[in-house]
Amino acid sequence: MADYILEVNDLKTRYVTRFRENVYAVDGVSFKLKEGETLGIAGESGCGKSTLAMSLMGYYFPPLHYTSGSIIIDGREITGEDPEVLRRTALGTEIAYIPQAAMNALNPTRKIIKYINDVLVAHNIRLNKKELREMAEERLRLVNLPVEVLDRYPVELSGGMKQRTVIAISSLLSPKILIADEPSSALDVSSQKLVIKMLLDLIDKGLVKSMIFITHELPLLYNVTKKIAVMYAGQFVELGPAHESVFEPLHPYAKGLMGSIIVPSEGIRDEHLVAIPGTPPNLKAPPQHCRFAARCKFRQPLCDSVVVPERFASDGRLFRCLLPEAVLRELKYEDQIKSKQEDAEVELDVNIIPFAGDNGDGDSGKESGG
Amino acid sequence: MTETDRVKVKRRELTDTFLEGKNMSKVYGMGRKANRAVDNVNFKFRRGEIVSIVGESGSGKTTLAKMILGLTSITEGQLEVHGQPRAFGTTAEKREYWKNIQAIFQDPFSTYNVFSKIDKVLLNCIELRGQKNLPYAQKVEIMTEACSFVNLRFAELTNKYPFELSGGQMQRLMIARIYILKPKLLIADEPTSMVDACSRATILDMLLKLRDEEDMTIVFITHDIGLAYYVSDTIYIMKSGQFVEQGTSDEVILNPKSDYTKRLLSDVPSIYEPWDLSSDDVEEDEFAAASGGDS
Amino acid sequence: MKHRLRTTFQNTNFLVGFSILIILLLLTFVAPLFMQGSPLDMVGTLFNKPGNYVNRMGVIDAPKYPMSIEVDSIRLGAAVSNEEAAQMLEWFEKSELDIEWKMLNPAKDHAEIVELFLANYDDSIRLPGTSAYRKGFTRLYLKVQNLLSADGYVVQVEDSSSDSGYREVTKIQSRDFTNVKDVPARRFFLLGTDNFGRDVFHELVSAIGNSLMVGLIAGSIATTIGLLIGLTSGYVGGWVDNLLTFVTNMFTVIPSFVILILLSYSISSSSRSIVVVAFVIGLTAWPWTARSVRSQTLTLKNRDHVNISRLSGFGTVRIIVTDILPYVLSYVVMAYILQISSAILAEAQLSMLGLGPSTTTHATLGLMLSWSMQFQAPLSGAWWAFIPVVLSIALISFSMNLMNTGLDQVFNPTLR
Repeated sequence: MADYILEVNDLKTRYVTRFRENVYAVDGVSFKLKEGETLGIAGESGCGKSTLAMSLMGYYFPPLHYTSGSIIIDGREITGEDPEVLRRTALGTEIAYIPQAAMNALNPTRKIIKYINDVLVAHNIRLNKKELREMAEERLRLVNLPVEVLDRYPVELSGGMKQRTVIAISSLLSPKILIADEPSSALDVSSQKLVIKMLLDLIDKGLVKSMIFITHELPLLYNVTKKIAVMYAGQFVELGPAHESVFEPLHPYAKGLMGSIIVPSEGIRDEHLVAIPGTPPNLKAPPQHCRFAARCKFRQPLCDSVVVPERFASDGRLFRCLLPEAVLRELKYEDQIKSKQEDAEVELDVNIIPFAGDNGDGDSGKESGG
Repeated sequence: MTETDRVKVKRRELTDTFLEGKNMSKVYGMGRKANRAVDNVNFKFRRGEIVSIVGESGSGKTTLAKMILGLTSITEGQLEVHGQPRAFGTTAEKREYWKNIQAIFQDPFSTYNVFSKIDKVLLNCIELRGQKNLPYAQKVEIMTEACSFVNLRFAELTNKYPFELSGGQMQRLMIARIYILKPKLLIADEPTSMVDACSRATILDMLLKLRDEEDMTIVFITHDIGLAYYVSDTIYIMKSGQFVEQGTSDEVILNPKSDYTKRLLSDVPSIYEPWDLSSDDVEEDEFAAASGGDS
Repeated sequence: MKHRLRTTFQNTNFLVGFSILIILLLLTFVAPLFMQGSPLDMVGTLFNKPGNYVNRMGVIDAPKYPMSIEVDSIRLGAAVSNEEAAQMLEWFEKSELDIEWKMLNPAKDHAEIVELFLANYDDSIRLPGTSAYRKGFTRLYLKVQNLLSADGYVVQVEDSSSDSGYREVTKIQSRDFTNVKDVPARRFFLLGTDNFGRDVFHELVSAIGNSLMVGLIAGSIATTIGLLIGLTSGYVGGWVDNLLTFVTNMFTVIPSFVILILLSYSISSSSRSIVVVAFVIGLTAWPWTARSVRSQTLTLKNRDHVNISRLSGFGTVRIIVTDILPYVLSYVVMAYILQISSAILAEAQLSMLGLGPSTTTHATLGLMLSWSMQFQAPLSGAWWAFIPVVLSIALISFSMNLMNTGLDQVFNPTLR
C-alpha cells in the first residue's frame, strides 16, 4: 500500500478554444492526500477549481487537454493510461466525480434503479433483478436514504433528494476518491446540510477513502474538510489545515478571501467586509511572475519580475508569496504594509528563489521550493 | 465609507414609511388547485432602510418582489405608497411608479439583452430620467460617474457587450444603472447568489453605499441568512408564502423566536461555532418535488 | 453577430446547401442569356429526344467531304429496330439452318444479324405458321435488301424547263459526310422537348426561377404572419393569447393542404396567377411558425432582461422589437428557409392536382410535372420531361434543408 491515497505532481491541463487558443486552467498543481483525509478547494469563479476536479479523473475529452504532470491513486499512475481502460477500471471504482449540476443530469423518464444498473453494467457487473434490488437496497440503507427512491422517477424527487441519490449512485462502487464539485450550491440550507452529512458519512463508514470538495462558500468548506487549498489563476496559492487557512491565512489573496466570509454571528455587522479589487489574470497568457501581483495590496517591486515558487511554512503549510513567512503571519489584510514598516521596503525572501528569470523565458517556472 | 458613518445612518429615526403592504396575496390557479404563493402578508418599508426577506426556494419571496414591482398582479390586498394606494393603471402611472421602484435580479447572465451594448444599457437609463436630449458629452459624464460609483471604468466598457464582463462586473453594472435612475426603492432579488464570495462583498458594500448616500430603501431578497444579517436593518423570515418572523436584524438573528428561524440559523455553517450535523430535526418532506411556487 | 456570421459560413452543411442554391440561382439568371426566344416557345414536336438537331436541307446544302469510313453496316444496323432484329433471329431458329446465331444479341448486334440474314435468307424454306407470319419475313428481307442496294440518293428539285420536270441538284453517296458546324440551322436540346415541343432545359431554368419566387413570396408571408401572431400572443398573453392560440390550433388541426386545395379551388382559374398561388400557400403555412415563436416568446418573456425593460417603462412594441425579436431571429431564419422549401413542394403538389397557377406564359416546376403527367410522358418513355424537374425540386429542398441543419448547428451548439 502506498503512503498516500492520492498523489498529484505538477499537474497541468489546458482548454483549447474554438479558435485554437490555449487556456491554461490548471497550471502546476501538486498535493498529496492520505487515506481518510479531505481536501477543500476554494477560489473565485474562473480560477480553475472545477477544471482541476475534472482533470483529476485522468479522463480527458475535448476541449480539455492534458499537458503534463502525474496523478497517482493508491500507487497506480492513471495519467497516460488508455482512456477506454481508464473508463472501465478507474472511473467509479478508483475515483468518482460529482459534477456541479449532477442532479439535473438525470433523465426524467428513467427510474433510479436503472441508473444503478447502468453503473454496474458499465463495470461488467451483471446481476439479475432480485440481486440488483437487494444490492441497491442494502446500499441505500447504508447511506441513510429511503429505499422507495429506487422506484421513483427523478422528477418525483426534491432537489436535495436528487442530489443525495446522485451521490449514492456515484459512490456505488466505493471509489477510493470522491470529487464533489459544488454539490450543494443550488440547494436550500437544510438540503445542503443533509447532503454534507451524507458525504461525511461516506467517509466515516469507509465507503470512500478520501474526498475532494470544491466550493466558493468558505464557511461550508471549513466545516466539511480537514485541509483547505486556495486556488488562484490555475495554481494553489495556499494549502494547509482548515482552521489555520481560515483564521491565519498566509497568502495575501487568501487573507482577502477569508475577509469576505459572512456568517450570521454577533459582531459581523460591525466588521467591514473585504473585497479584493481587480480581476484575475487572463489564463490564455498568465503572467510569469506572481499571478496575484496586479491585485495585491502588499505588492513589492520585485513581485513583478520574479517567478514565485511554492514555499512551505514552518508548520508545513504551502504558500506562494515572496514575502517572508514571519511578515505574512503578522499582516492583516486591512493593514498597509508601508505604514507598518514606514518607508523601508520589506525584505523579500529572494534567496529562496531558485529561478529569477525575466518574463518570456518560456519556462513558467514552478520549481518546487523548500 | 467608515464605520462611524454607517452607525450614524443606522441610528437615524426611521419613521417615514415609504411602502406598505396590506394583506397581500398571490394566488395561482383556481378552486381546489389554487396555490397561494404569497399568503396574506403585511409589511412596512421605511425610507433609508435595508429590509431583508429571507426564505428558502419556493417560499414566495420572488413572487412578492414581482408583485411589489408590478410585474405580476396582486390577487388580494393592496400596496400603499406614502399611505396612498399605488396608482398603477395607465401607462403614464406605471412609468411614474417605476421611476421610484427599481430592481436588480439574480442572474446577471439573463438580466442583459445580449444584443445591446453596455452604452445602450446606460443610455436607456438616462432617457428614462427624461434627459434624452442632453448633449452626448454630458451623457458620457453621467455614465462615467455611475461607473466609477461601482468601480468600473466607463472608458473601458464602451462598445463592449455585457457578456464580455464577469458575473460580478455585470451585477455592478446593474447597480450603476440604479445609480443613474436613483429610485426611492430598490428591490435586490438575490443579487449575490450567482457571484463568488469576493464580488459578493463588493456588491453588498455598494448596496450599503446606495442606502447611505442616496437614502434609498432597499429590499434585499436572499436565502442566505448570514448575508441578510450583515446587510440589513430589518429582517422578514418567509415560509410558504407567509412571514413567520420579523423584526430588527439583531432581534431576529440573535434572539430568534420562531422555530423555523432557529432551524435556518442552525443549518447555516459557521466558522465560529461547530456545525451541528447530528440533529435530525429537518422535516423529511423530501419526496415532494419543489412545490409550484415560483422562486 | 459578425462572429456568428463567420461561423455560419464555416459550417460545412450550410456551405454546401448555400452553394447548391447559389448555383441554381446563377443558372436561372445566366442560362437565359445564351438562349433564343422565350422559354415557352413551341419549337419542336411531342417529346423530342434530347440531342443536337440539325436541319436536313441544310445538310444537303452543306459542303460534302467523301470519307473512307465503313458506313453500310452502321446504316443497316441503325435502320433495323430491335424487334426486327429479333424477328430475324427467330427466322434463323425456325429455319433450322446451320447458322451461328445464338451468340448474337438482338439489342446490340444489329449489323451482324442483318448481314447474316441477307446472306442466308431463302424464300423457299417453308416455315410453320400462318401465311401472314411467313410474309412478314419476306417483307423484312425486301426492306433490308433495298437499303443495301441503295448506292446513293439523288436530290432533285422541281424544274419545269427540264424534260422530266425535275432537275438534279446533288448526289449523295453513302460515304459522303458533312461537318455539323457547316449546317447553319441547328438547335441543341439538352433535355429534349416536352409535350408541346418546348425546350425542356430552357423551360426548366425559368421554372426554377418562378418556383423559387413562389417559395420566397409564400415563405415571407407565412413567416411574417407566424412571427407577428407568435410574438403578440406570446408576449401580450391574456385573452389575446387565448384567441390567437385558438385560431392557430384550428389551422394546425385542419390539414393545411386541404385548406390549400379548397382555397385554390375557390379562386377562379382566370385569376390564379403565380403570385396568387404563392399568397394562398403563404396564408396556410404560418401556424407552425406561430406556435414555435409563441413558445419561445413565452420563455423569453420571463427572462430578467425583459423585466428590466418593463421596469424601464418601455412600451410593448419596443420590448418586442429590441428584447424578444433578436433572440428568436435565428430560429425564425431557420423556419423561413424551411417555409421556402415546403412552399415550393406545396406548389408542386397543387399543380399536380391541377390547382396550381393557371398560366400559359410562365412555367413552374409543379406545372411542368403536371403537363408531363397529363401527356403521359412516363408512359412514352420521355424521361427528360419529368426526371430533371423532380431532381430540381429535390435539389432545392435538399439545399434548403442542409442550410437549415447548418444554421441549427451554429445557433444551437449543444446539439452537436
